[in-house]
Amino acid sequence: MIDTAISAPYVKPAGRGQNLRFYGMWVVAAISLVVLPLVFSSGGSITSFSLIGIAIVFALSYNILLGQTGLLSFGHAVYYGLGGFLAIHMMNLIVAHKWPIPLPFIPLIGGFGGLAFAVVIGWVVTKRAGTVFAMISLGIGELVGSSSLILRSVFGGESGITTDRTSLPHMFGWSFGPQIQVYYLISFWLMVSAILMYALTRTPVGRMCNAVRDNPERVEFIGYDPHVVRYLACCFAGFFAGIAGGLAAVNFEIANSAYLGAVQSGMVLFATFIGGTAQFFGPILGAILVTYLQLGLANVTTVWQLYFGIIFIGIVMFAPRGIAGLVMLHRPLIRAGTLGMMIPSYLLSLLPTLALVCGGVLAIETAARYTQSEGEGKVVHLFGMPFDSTSLTTWAIAAALIVGGFLVARITWRRVAEAWDRATTAARDRGCLA
Amino acid sequence: MTPAIEIRSVDKRFGNVSIIQDLNLSVAQGERHALIGPNGAGKSTTFNLISGYTAPSSGSVLLRGEVISGLPPYQINRRGLSRSFQVTNVFANMTVWENLRCAVLWSTGQRYAFWKNIDNLPEVRDRATQILADINLATRRDVPAGLLTYAEQRALEIGITVAGGADVILLDEPTAGMSRAETERAVALIRRLTEGRTLLIVEHDMSVVFGLADRISVLVYGQIIASGTPEEIRGNPKVREAYLGEEAA
Amino acid sequence: MLELIVISTLNGVLFGMLLFLLSSGLTVIFSMMGVLNFAHASFYMLGAFFGYQLTRWIGFWPALVLAPLLVGAVGMAVERYGLRNTHKHGHVAELLLTFGLAFAIEEIVSMIWGKSPVDYRVPAALDFPAFSLFSTNYPAYKIFMLAVSASIFVALLVVLKRTRVGLIVQAALTHPNMVSHLGHNVGRVFMLVFGVGSALAGMAGVIAGPALVTQSDMAGLLGPILFVVIVFGGLGSLPGAFIASLVIGLVQTFGVALNGSLASAFGPLDPSLGPSVLTDIWNVTIAQIAPILPYLLLVLMLIVRPMGLLGTRET
Repeated sequence: MIDTAISAPYVKPAGRGQNLRFYGMWVVAAISLVVLPLVFSSGGSITSFSLIGIAIVFALSYNILLGQTGLLSFGHAVYYGLGGFLAIHMMNLIVAHKWPIPLPFIPLIGGFGGLAFAVVIGWVVTKRAGTVFAMISLGIGELVGSSSLILRSVFGGESGITTDRTSLPHMFGWSFGPQIQVYYLISFWLMVSAILMYALTRTPVGRMCNAVRDNPERVEFIGYDPHVVRYLACCFAGFFAGIAGGLAAVNFEIANSAYLGAVQSGMVLFATFIGGTAQFFGPILGAILVTYLQLGLANVTTVWQLYFGIIFIGIVMFAPRGIAGLVMLHRPLIRAGTLGMMIPSYLLSLLPTLALVCGGVLAIETAARYTQSEGEGKVVHLFGMPFDSTSLTTWAIAAALIVGGFLVARITWRRVAEAWDRATTAARDRGCLA
Repeated sequence: MTPAIEIRSVDKRFGNVSIIQDLNLSVAQGERHALIGPNGAGKSTTFNLISGYTAPSSGSVLLRGEVISGLPPYQINRRGLSRSFQVTNVFANMTVWENLRCAVLWSTGQRYAFWKNIDNLPEVRDRATQILADINLATRRDVPAGLLTYAEQRALEIGITVAGGADVILLDEPTAGMSRAETERAVALIRRLTEGRTLLIVEHDMSVVFGLADRISVLVYGQIIASGTPEEIRGNPKVREAYLGEEAA
Repeated sequence: MLELIVISTLNGVLFGMLLFLLSSGLTVIFSMMGVLNFAHASFYMLGAFFGYQLTRWIGFWPALVLAPLLVGAVGMAVERYGLRNTHKHGHVAELLLTFGLAFAIEEIVSMIWGKSPVDYRVPAALDFPAFSLFSTNYPAYKIFMLAVSASIFVALLVVLKRTRVGLIVQAALTHPNMVSHLGHNVGRVFMLVFGVGSALAGMAGVIAGPALVTQSDMAGLLGPILFVVIVFGGLGSLPGAFIASLVIGLVQTFGVALNGSLASAFGPLDPSLGPSVLTDIWNVTIAQIAPILPYLLLVLMLIVRPMGLLGTRET
């Protein structure tokens, strides 16, 4: 069965104009990275951008496995974490022995940490694909995560290992103490990694990764060993995950067992999948979204992880190609100029869908506050209004919003589907489909 | 001259069920050899044994005199043997063009290169373009393989099989499910693409068999009951009784 | 020493039976529907928490019957409204759905019952020592757990080998495609299988809850071990799951019971060596590495025999 959830649609070969647009996109991206902190210059923004940069490298590395080679891993954080730990130890060694290695090289060392582990364990791990690979990756993740608490000298036990990035030899006169300098370091490695990872998709081995994803059986009959292809994908993914880990080590000046843990593996899976595995820019979108959600939601509600789970389930069920997939779905409509046909039905469905979502949020927040034992009071503040979690009225409102919203929304969604049919038919008539 | 393919006393059992018993077959280099027989005779199993999909329970398979039984499929393919599949087995999410490019990669020596841009490899591009023209799918170059018509997919299947330049080609029921016109086009395509190469083909369509084959072997219940030229097979009473019946093509 | 061996064997077999109770449901669901239910351990956790809550409201014995039924109902709903709609997107999507579900269930449980362990007690009727072995008292509740597990196995065996439904399930273990050609209401069969599998997991939770800790992270702790059992025994093989469950149950139980380390056997290392990987490995006790023993076994199995002990099916 074709796994439509992760497989990529084909890419049209580039004409002259498209080539220009393609390189232009990368230039614009580079410029945006440079200019961004000048526009949003608050300390909090720069910290967020740094976190997002790290998350993007991590998610892109994960997509080498998932989107390109069809390997679902529940333990990708081990490469990230081991890269981070190698980076931290190297930083401490450099300071102790006064080696002439400036800070900007540290993420590369992190990359080699991730690569080393992938080289060692990757051959055994990629023996099987599919569901078995997923389970094995889970087991390896648990193995490494648990080992990190035993090998205290390497992993520092519960408290982890710390370092001071400003003590390393300076480069361009930068000490990398201020966050803005760390941001530019992250941006540099982000651009380099993204370019390299994109280039990988245009190589023979990158194409064979896609072939292995689509039909590993047939791959053997055109002369390739799918095991070797998967192993190489694992090594590349490990390398770039290690770079992300190294960047994290530099940014936080600490590495601990959380780097290697199941939550970290789960988050990168969320980010990549929600963003969309079938497009190169999918994980980028996902990383941005998930990082902002993590930062924002955690301050607002105690059960932000539940929202994550629900969003993830929603994407899996209704938009398995992720946000990037949704965007690409509209591309033919934009080209044919029929996107306008969708606007009325989209607007119409906005209100009831919003009501449904608000009802759900109200129900969850009320339940969370109701069952909470510590004192934060029994009143939930949502949308600028107080809701008493013990009163039946609140529950009634929530129920009404959910049920009513769902019933009305269903009707509007049907109209969206009809409008979609009309718009795509019109697009096809104008020769613009896909 | 050493035969292109030689099967020596091969048995194949799945558990207690014996599919192939003491199979002996020889296909000369450059020969077009058809393997026919009733359903369930073991023709696809024979292909699987030759191409490395399964290993024989006993006996050996030789390719140009070298033992290949027990080797994995990719190693057999690298020695110059390529097969197609009865159920279309293309890379459904990749375009026709991408399918063919992947098929030529190994034979152009690219191996597992990750430092070269595949768009800048002239040999890959030229070979793929050639095959694309040969199978008449140049106009469908950028269509995902899963969206092709059935006959187009079968043509692509054959294209992938021959793209690697293998000189021993195994085709498993290439014209299955095709109309008369499509079958004729397919036969012309096969004849053109296997010029100068060794071809072993499994077919049910007798007109294809008798029109294409230099020699025919008949497989019934896992054993070859007759092997010879089309005239010899047509006149063979055992074959008529077991397979052709009275309405021989 | 003998006491240690006997008690650990008893406990190990008990843990192994528990693992098999869970992995058998998982294996049947996987073989029949091709979907590996990541949320299976979450159903186990739901069973424990439902058992706890129902015990507080209506007593242990009614809870023992009701809680698994509730979990089974949840399972059927998941199949009907979740998996069935995701099936068309492929196995990866189904696995990810159950993954998201596991995540969400853990959050909901910690939201309702908090993150600390709850006081799920052994029922008074069973809270006495069954017998004394050497100097230790072996609790009657554990004998009860063994009895329940054993009777469920017997029931499963009878259903599988002697009933029509069992025949279908057996066929599905090796030829799932044929089942859909058999003319049965496939949707209803799937829903039933998923429900029964989930109910089994829930039952395991209800009886294990008082003996082990009932806490919102119990799914996260047991889940990976469950999947190790499945891969170790061979995907799709019930006998393989049985052997793997016992092996891993015994290994982990013995591991936890043994306090030996290289240091205790050969004496401490020279203290001037300072902290290093060597000293860590030298000083770690078997009890401390017991949690990772199953994963070491997994890696070993992968190197030696990638298809598992008795595995037959590819993914």
